[in-house]
Amino acid sequence: MSVIVVEVMPKAELLDPQGKAVARALGRLGQTQFSAVRVGKRFEITVDGPADAAALAAVAELADSVLSNSVIEDVVGIHVVETAAAVN
Amino acid sequence: MRIGVVTFPGSLDDRDAQRAIRLAGAEPVALWHGEHDLHGVDALVLPGGFSYGDYLRAGAIASLSPIMAEVIDAANGGMPVLGICNGFQMLTEAHLLEGGLIRNEQGRFICRDQSLRIENVTSDWTTGFTSNQEITIPLKNGEGSFMASAETLARLEGEGRIIARYLGNPNGSQNDIAGVTNARGNVVGLMPHPEHAVEAGFGPDTAEAMSSGVDGLTFFTSVIARTLVTA
Repeated sequence: MSVIVVEVMPKAELLDPQGKAVARALGRLGQTQFSAVRVGKRFEITVDGPADAAALAAVAELADSVLSNSVIEDVVGIHVVETAAAVN
Repeated sequence: MRIGVVTFPGSLDDRDAQRAIRLAGAEPVALWHGEHDLHGVDALVLPGGFSYGDYLRAGAIASLSPIMAEVIDAANGGMPVLGICNGFQMLTEAHLLEGGLIRNEQGRFICRDQSLRIENVTSDWTTGFTSNQEITIPLKNGEGSFMASAETLARLEGEGRIIARYLGNPNGSQNDIAGVTNARGNVVGLMPHPEHAVEAGFGPDTAEAMSSGVDGLTFFTSVIARTLVTA
């Protein structure tokens, strides 16, 4: 088994109210050196068998069509995590 | 006339939508997300709520429901479809409407009576309004901020596809947009809730009397009148 990771972020030009709320909370903790936070999503998709080109292509397709909405989000990364470490 | 209301796991306003349809003079038909059957209805409402707990993105998982295949075919064939709140989010996720809805800019859930200006009175759901008519219906959502690319916004504006604009932007929506329609005018998405302003005694306050606002009823009577004309 392999795990393919997909990372999705809100579009840079759109407001991220969730990230803003987190950034304000950091400020209240005295962490004033951090000026901004943006919050995104990480999907871990387990594949039966190897994370080969076909599996990666299928995930890339799903990342665009289901896991993200291109109107408001960008897929910022797709990569394979090696199995023994990734699977509990 | 028979108007279907699709219930999804986590729908909240399906019964209110059915009630609004009945009060407007049509027969409501309860439809189930897991079926591939529209039961021969003449129009469709996708109601508000929190389908699938807003997992992934609001409306995203519901837009992949079995019945959505038939909803998308019917919409593309010209059947009137109204998506309210979570239903609007589903219509954008299903690519039946352009744009998307993100978290309100102040990060809060907003629940209040909201004034709107109806700008498109040619869609299947708005013919009963007068151009630029101001109405008040309830607004209640956490992710109601309408976003689209500059190019899409310009096209929606240029083609007169803004159904309603907020009078006093509550949530950061671009161009104060509260609702939009598709090019054909049969598919409408609206963040505020017309189905909660359909019966005196249970609607928003008006200058005349408390809870007497019934401005939402016109969306439903419009589609009934429209369909009678074309039948």
